[in-house]
Amino acid sequence: MTSSALPVLTASDFASDQDVRWCPGCGDYAILAQMKKTLAQVGASQENTVFISGIGCSSRFPYYMNTYGMHSIHGRAPAVATGLKVARPDLNVWVITGDGDGLSIGGNHLIHAIRRNLDINIILFNNRIYGLTKGQYSPTSPLGKVTKSSPVGAIDNPLHPLSIAIGAEASFVARSIDVNIKHLGMVLKRASEHRGTSFVEVYQNCLVFNDGAFSHTTDRATKSDATLELEHGKPMIFGKNREKGIRLNGMDPEVVELGKGITEDDLLFHDEQAPEPTLAYLLSRMNYPEFPEPIGVYRAIDQPRYDALINEQVEEVTKAKGEGSLEKLFHSGETWTIQ
Amino acid sequence: MSTTTKSAKPVCDLDSATVRFCGDSGDGMQLAGTELTNTSAIVGNDIATLPDFPAEIRAPRGTKAGVSGFQLHFASKEIYTPGDSVDALVAMNPAALATNLDDLVPGGILVVNSSEFQSKELAQAGYDVNPLEDGSLDGYQLFTVDMTKITRAAVDGLGLSVKEADRCRNFFAMGLVYWLYDRPLDPTLRFIERKFGKKPAVAEANRRTLKAGYHFGETSEAFDSQYRVARAELPPGTYRNITGNEATAMGLVTASKQSATPLFYGTYPITPASDILHELAKHKNFGVRTFQAEDEIAAMTSVVGAAFAGAMSVTGSSGPGIALKGEAIGLAVMTELPMIVVNVQRGGPSTGLPTKTEQADLLQAMFGRNGECPLPVIAARSPADCFDCAQEAWRLAVEYMTPVILLTDGYIANGSEPWRIPAIDELPKIEVKHPGPIANGKPFHPYARNERLARPWAIPGTPGLMHRLGGLEKQDVTGNVSYDPANHQRMVNLRQRKVAGIAQDLPPQAVDGPESGRLLVVGWGGTFGALATATRRMRARGESVAHVHLRYLNPFPANLRDILSNYDKVLVPELNLGQLRMLLRSEFLVDAVGLNKVQGKPFSVGEVVEKIGDMLGTSIPRQATATTST
Ligand code: SF4
Repeated sequence: MTSSALPVLTASDFASDQDVRWCPGCGDYAILAQMKKTLAQVGASQENTVFISGIGCSSRFPYYMNTYGMHSIHGRAPAVATGLKVARPDLNVWVITGDGDGLSIGGNHLIHAIRRNLDINIILFNNRIYGLTKGQYSPTSPLGKVTKSSPVGAIDNPLHPLSIAIGAEASFVARSIDVNIKHLGMVLKRASEHRGTSFVEVYQNCLVFNDGAFSHTTDRATKSDATLELEHGKPMIFGKNREKGIRLNGMDPEVVELGKGITEDDLLFHDEQAPEPTLAYLLSRMNYPEFPEPIGVYRAIDQPRYDALINEQVEEVTKAKGEGSLEKLFHSGETWTIQ
Repeated sequence: MSTTTKSAKPVCDLDSATVRFCGDSGDGMQLAGTELTNTSAIVGNDIATLPDFPAEIRAPRGTKAGVSGFQLHFASKEIYTPGDSVDALVAMNPAALATNLDDLVPGGILVVNSSEFQSKELAQAGYDVNPLEDGSLDGYQLFTVDMTKITRAAVDGLGLSVKEADRCRNFFAMGLVYWLYDRPLDPTLRFIERKFGKKPAVAEANRRTLKAGYHFGETSEAFDSQYRVARAELPPGTYRNITGNEATAMGLVTASKQSATPLFYGTYPITPASDILHELAKHKNFGVRTFQAEDEIAAMTSVVGAAFAGAMSVTGSSGPGIALKGEAIGLAVMTELPMIVVNVQRGGPSTGLPTKTEQADLLQAMFGRNGECPLPVIAARSPADCFDCAQEAWRLAVEYMTPVILLTDGYIANGSEPWRIPAIDELPKIEVKHPGPIANGKPFHPYARNERLARPWAIPGTPGLMHRLGGLEKQDVTGNVSYDPANHQRMVNLRQRKVAGIAQDLPPQAVDGPESGRLLVVGWGGTFGALATATRRMRARGESVAHVHLRYLNPFPANLRDILSNYDKVLVPELNLGQLRMLLRSEFLVDAVGLNKVQGKPFSVGEVVEKIGDMLGTSIPRQATATTST
């Protein structure tokens, strides 16, 4: 994607000189490491890459990257990134946000950035808690979640980040897990390569305030039943011995055992390029323990991009009218002369 | 007033005239006023306008809430205000008559569309008896015209529906006024061709009704004389008519071109600022990118992002929107990026009076953010002055690496005046500098400062200058995050000193009138016309009164302290409860007196004259309504 400087950069070239200040053991470290690797892999350059974040633990991210960056204000990173990308379509723009930053205070900006489909990458670190403010429930905390601000349980119905993104007409939607580093690297690379807004939810463990929120997807004992790795064109199979699959029963998905008359051909096949978002939406609603939670690329389609369109309009109008002349502009409409 | 004869009817020469069209918001009164304005400008009059929009787009037809008006003052001498009262009033319905009659001078011309004076419309306007019949209008030169009937007859045969035909009535009213004040029809005929050329029947209908109105004046026995206002002696040059919002937009485009920095305008629709967006959206061939954001906050933060990217970044809004932008303006102050925030002020608080003017956001501009958050504030004084102020705002923004707030208001934003078109080589050049690449891993210091205390505007894409900005406190020089108490004190002081230092770089404040004397009138923004006219009138009467009109509100010009000390008394008239007065008192310990009006309307010259008279102990006829506070 990026024309890079001649010497090939390594992951460590993307590390800034600032000490990383997340709690030891925080899932953010793994995401940071994968991001640096991914940028090196895709041949990004330091000077053409910009990280924009809002407020929250995850939003410290730009300080740790040796690229351009802005740690902006709470919830507004997608809007900051929009102005940046419109003014400079040549830049590689990444937005780092969290479940509170992106879905609560910044929900409006998130959906509008996604629907405009600017060529930017939005990575939402979902830890289902407010970490920086020390442990209040977030828009993705499950019902009944006991926190400092919900001592007898949260009563807010949680949001599904990917459902929101799909509802906002996202052209690229994916999910990965902080400690599943190979998978995360693959997803970040796909996001970086996609033309249009890439929306990635990363399950991120907040060791201090919400440890184990996603342990079902990472624990050896449960992870193969709790996750389903999506592959384009392949049937949806999961389980330790790949013995289970997802089948469509009317409008509803169901878990089936392979064998006993059910073959792979009976299963739902993943199509990340489906023009309609129905399948992706259905997948975004699958939650453990009823279902495995799909990881990987849900949706990747080609859509018009705002940053390209706005600059095309400028070019087209300039071509049609000629480059703007102040002289002409001032004299447009009726004028009169006094001698 | 002299009388000459032209064709059949005599013509009286006047120095100036004030005309107001008023009617239902669907009656096309703004169009009528705008066309009369353009025509008067083209014949060489000086002009000043006051459009008056109803708060609701489509209040029920015929109600007082739905009345829309447009007032034009045209003159053969220099004028600064749209006039305290009107010489001729055109009222299209009873509600318009009821709400506007008070402003008509005794004996003034009153043209009324009689077809709307039916029982329903009369009741809606609160009339028990038809005022056209009860003698209550005997003190005026009343002309009742059945405009609906004449208009329908004029467009007969063009295949228009009754509704479409009635929509032409404003052109009839215009034609009649054009005859009354001896104005040419050509500019409006050209306008009709431009605007309706694609709909030949509508264009023809408008042409016919315009002429019908004109001929009605010529032939109807009711009108026994015409009036003429000669061209004004304005400085030589080519002129056009311009509204404040147009001038702001053009000033921004000019600053962009003159600084070779493409313009990014991120905004959210809001009255009365949206016309800046509409105007800028037309100028894509100047490299202008307009972004209609999802909300005011996104508008402001997108502008911060575009400023980081190296664009000339501007947002425009009005008070409620500026309130929403406050946190992001703080980010702009902290990141020390150049950008402009335009506030076209309207009546507040909260949603307030969206379509009416006020000057009550000065303290919001100064202090409406958390923390010590200084930024330069400047204000335009008239529609054409918006052009210069927009460029000056950008100059300050880039020279000092700071967001700048430009205050205008609904009155000058929608009002218009002749603008002498500048020659391109008269325009200020604005130099934008970005530091070049650094090689070999040498450190880059994004918060190192120059002699103006401005930091470098390093933009993404430049090798070696990678740096991270943000809202957290910055370490001096390096720009790294710092929680060090001494550093915070240093940075707060530095940001304050940087803005205060701009005072050294401003032109000395000019004084209109004697350099010392009994009374100094200090104003800012859109009250310029009323204050200039009132103070000149008082001087013409031999009073020792001077006028200072501030463009720079933060910081104040360096010589303002001395100016204030040269007069016995200081009067600060404002369309708020005393915001500039509060700043002047706290900055200069001056015992300034206020004249404060918050009615959604500009000052009349009369009320300022009266207040000055009170303060000087000279007696002036009373008529003012504004309250006085000391
Ligand atoms: S509070 Fe939680 S999310 Fe924040 S740094 Fe610590 S572990 Fe990570």
